[in-house]
Amino acid sequence: MNLSSLVIPLFVLIVFVYCICKKVDIFGEFVKGAKDNILIGFDILPSLVALMLAVEMFKASGAMTAITELISPLTEKIGLPGECVPLALMRPVSGSGALSILDGILESHSPDSYIGRVASVLLGSTETTFYTIAVYFGATKVGKTRHALPSALAGDFTAFILSALSVRLLLGG
Amino acid sequence: MINYILSALIILSCGYAFFSGGVDSLSNAVITSGSSAVSLMLTILGSMATWGGVMRLAQASGLTDKITMLIKPFLKIVFRGLDSSSNAFKAIAMNIAANIFGLGNAATPLGIEAMRALEKEENCGNVASRNMLLLTVFNTSSIEIIPTTVATLRLAHGSNSPLDILPCVLLVSVASLTVSILCVYIFDTKNSARRKNKE
Repeated sequence: MNLSSLVIPLFVLIVFVYCICKKVDIFGEFVKGAKDNILIGFDILPSLVALMLAVEMFKASGAMTAITELISPLTEKIGLPGECVPLALMRPVSGSGALSILDGILESHSPDSYIGRVASVLLGSTETTFYTIAVYFGATKVGKTRHALPSALAGDFTAFILSALSVRLLLGG
Repeated sequence: MINYILSALIILSCGYAFFSGGVDSLSNAVITSGSSAVSLMLTILGSMATWGGVMRLAQASGLTDKITMLIKPFLKIVFRGLDSSSNAFKAIAMNIAANIFGLGNAATPLGIEAMRALEKEENCGNVASRNMLLLTVFNTSSIEIIPTTVATLRLAHGSNSPLDILPCVLLVSVASLTVSILCVYIFDTKNSARRKNKE
């Protein structure tokens, strides 16, 4: 048995037991939450279609492979496989775009391969940085965001390097 | 920005394919990409719904409030100089707890509320305060404890253990958030030191 397989059932168990103790309307609330996320899914779908068009065209034209081969000698010095470079570039800009690229990587490389794992860790440990900063500061009258973007991008860059390093160290490549 | 990226990708693809002769597969990509997007969404939509339900229960039962209480002492250290009984601090704690649970639709309104409260309480005018930057980097780093979308996608592509990446994700998330927080502080002291010198 894999220890990580325990995480989700255990979490679900805790939530449900806690809900029973607190006398929550379990079915009613669950359905509301499920509906919320289904609506979000449909909200995302049009932008996913747009980004998927661009990403699939980029892959099919051969331009993605060409750029990957061009950059990979550089990124492989820091341990990041060239296949993950398009994902790393897209990640801070577009969540839908990054999801399209991850889908492609997991299709052409096994999810349990080194590349598949690094790509998964990369997507799971980062956010859509530019979008978040735009939304958060857009809600205020603040015009000067100072070093918000550089600090956030420094974190993203750390995540790119460490996702490769952590997979090698903890999962043995 | 997204407009430039979309156009750049498409122009680059067409240009490259015309020269390298990959026009057939390019044409196929245009035709099939829409259904790829829909099937990708269908793959993750089900588990998004399940998780939305579970997380809604965590919220309704007050479990997220418990987490909020747990992270408060830690947040007092990070958000230095912010009154822990203020509305801004409460909204920040709730925003971060919602992010930990992956409650994106609950986290964003709370984060915006926190930004507005900070703006009012810190009276910073047109320039972002350090606490605003800190809240922002908490949200540009992913601190979700269970990356369900990635796990779903891995399972759909035949992974034997979709969650074996969990320790890596947690480690990388914490490390990148730490780097961002340190950057906010390091550049901040530099700025204030320079300002003091001028005075």
